[in-house]
Amino acid sequence: MTANQATNKQTPLLEVHNLQTGFKIGKEYFNAVESVSFSINRKQIVGIVGESGCGKSVMSLSIMHLLPQGIGKIRGGEILFEGQDIVDYDEKKMNGIRGKDISMIFQEPMTSLNPVFTIGYQITEVLLNHQDITKNEARTKAVTLLKNVGIPRAEQIVDEYPHQLSGGMRQRVMIAMAIACQPKLLIADEPTTALDVTVQAQILDLLKNIQEVNDMAIMLITHDLGVVAEICDVVLVMYAGKIVERATVEELFENPKHPYTKLLMEAIPKMEEERERLATIEGLVPAIKDMPAVGCRFANRCPKAMPECMQVTPRLGESAAEHEVACLLYEESWPKEERVGAR
Amino acid sequence: MVKYVLRRLLGMIPMLFLVSVVVFFLAKAMPGDSLRGEIDPTNTNPEYIAEMQEKLGYNDPVYVQYWNWVTSFVQGDFGKSTRYKMPVSDLLLEKIPNTVFLALTALIITYILAFAMGMYSGRKPYTIGDNLIAGFNYTGLAIPSFVAGVFAVYFFAFKLHWFPFAGSVDIEVQNGTIDYWMSRIHHVMLPAFILGLFSTASYTQFLRNDLIENSRKDFVRTARAKGTPIGKIYNVHILRNSIIPLVTFLGFDIASLMSGAVITEKIFSYPGIGLLFLDSVNNRDYPTVMAITMMLSALVLVGNLIADILYGVVDPRIRLG
Ligand SMILES: Nc1ncnc2c1ncn2[C@@H]1O[C@H](COP(=O)(O)OP(=O)(O)OP(=O)(O)O)[C@@H](O)[C@H]1O
Ligand SMILES: [Mg+2]
Repeated sequence: MTANQATNKQTPLLEVHNLQTGFKIGKEYFNAVESVSFSINRKQIVGIVGESGCGKSVMSLSIMHLLPQGIGKIRGGEILFEGQDIVDYDEKKMNGIRGKDISMIFQEPMTSLNPVFTIGYQITEVLLNHQDITKNEARTKAVTLLKNVGIPRAEQIVDEYPHQLSGGMRQRVMIAMAIACQPKLLIADEPTTALDVTVQAQILDLLKNIQEVNDMAIMLITHDLGVVAEICDVVLVMYAGKIVERATVEELFENPKHPYTKLLMEAIPKMEEERERLATIEGLVPAIKDMPAVGCRFANRCPKAMPECMQVTPRLGESAAEHEVACLLYEESWPKEERVGAR
Repeated sequence: MVKYVLRRLLGMIPMLFLVSVVVFFLAKAMPGDSLRGEIDPTNTNPEYIAEMQEKLGYNDPVYVQYWNWVTSFVQGDFGKSTRYKMPVSDLLLEKIPNTVFLALTALIITYILAFAMGMYSGRKPYTIGDNLIAGFNYTGLAIPSFVAGVFAVYFFAFKLHWFPFAGSVDIEVQNGTIDYWMSRIHHVMLPAFILGLFSTASYTQFLRNDLIENSRKDFVRTARAKGTPIGKIYNVHILRNSIIPLVTFLGFDIASLMSGAVITEKIFSYPGIGLLFLDSVNNRDYPTVMAITMMLSALVLVGNLIADILYGVVDPRIRLG
């Protein structure tokens, strides 16, 4: 990649190629994210869905270099942010990016804030990390940010402690912190899972709003396809550390291809029914130690599994097409060498 | 806050009353009696003894004796030392500064060492440095302070002559001069180190483990996601959380250092409250023993109060009220 291309506005904001992230169990590494490739364009909202344990958080933490130290490690691949490969960046270089160009908010608003510092301190910290401003200026900005994320009494709240706020308010504070330096990409790891339904909707509206005002891209991780339908442009469906389907939102909902995606859709709660987790798919995501070496990882739970599914690993196309799937039911997913012989 | 402190202070009164009853009757039950020193031992005339006993209230009912003792006690009259023939309060005032100096020095040494070693071990767990520190600490925890004290006197005072082995100050120096204070510090270092050894060891390990635990908390990940350098995360975000339990220990230290001083002062022949206490027990100087016991009990209660107040000060989640 030349410097020319790197600065080209046409390059995607984030490009991930063959990312592999593993955890050390005993003496060996096992991959929780296996050869994942995708890209996020500027101002795009990309949803990532999949059951619990399929590697969504590990993937986003890899991008931020926030994997648990000494246990988790990026073992291969490239993460190009604005054309620059950041996989080998050290802590110092990453600190120049984190909070400034890429921010992240987490699932647990109750524990994500430091209990012994004021809201104001925690917001001004990110400003002071990246901008050459005085503490007073930062404080004024913090109050404005709190107002922008819809916190009433911002002037008082800025001097209060996290325990004095509700979960929804804390998540708003997290958002205020994340957008303080107007990052180009916001990674939101299940930002609404821990909140109740009405608050969930408010937080999503807020995110959508900020995205429009700040021209920011969002990588939104969620269990909830309903959320995806509401605000995302593109969806990645993950299963067992791999992306099994990628499509624009309209395409995916009109024409889901992967049996796993179809099952996820059937599991979306209807309006009148009780809200429940995606419990209708039999079985569980395999643990990272027990991943099959070849074949489709979903085969053992798939209602449409064929004998070949155990032997041939389906491939996700890397074209810029609107819709890609990694499932042997579809011609394009067969690896080139084997397609001729098997069919 | 003021209201809270007042309420807690009032709450101490019944406790101190109970302690005073126990102290008084224990003293009564001891062999010998607190009046003996008042009576001229050379005069064996039984009439004289009986007269003195009557005069000193020895024949009054026990509750009257208790009442007399306790009423004068709260007025600051702790009675007269039977051994030193002087008011106990004067005796205490003479010895307290030495013990306070010893305890404060111990406290400072303890916290400096515990913070330095704990921060290092907590940031670099399972390294050689951490293991060395852990080795030192577990030795400190396993060896009783009187054994450590005797060894310290033997090596550092008798063998190496680094420190004096007794007293609180050289006799020849002039009170108030720089030399005087240097001499006092020289005398207090070794006993203070031994007195604080147990706390140093346990606080270091406590701080280390608390830092490791806090470093895994979600708020650390948030701080990293903001681009905060790891050094600042340890020194500000994590330490500010781990300091909370340590600061509250300070309150309990006040009492435990004073009682720990009893043994340390004896080993180092350091003339403070502890040494006075042991001497008084040996000499059946009950007014002194009772006064010191009451003082230590009050200190335990005050120490607890200080611990709770500090908790409210350093932890924003705690509201005193
Ligand atoms: N610290 C860790 N040590 C070992 N394995 C881990 C660790 N963190 C995650 N894993 C494993 O990596 C896999 C993916 O986990 P991840 O947290 O990314 O799932 P997720 O898709 O985010 O699930 P959820 O929806 O529950 O958040 C899981 O099998 C998990 O057990
Ligand atoms: Mg997750």
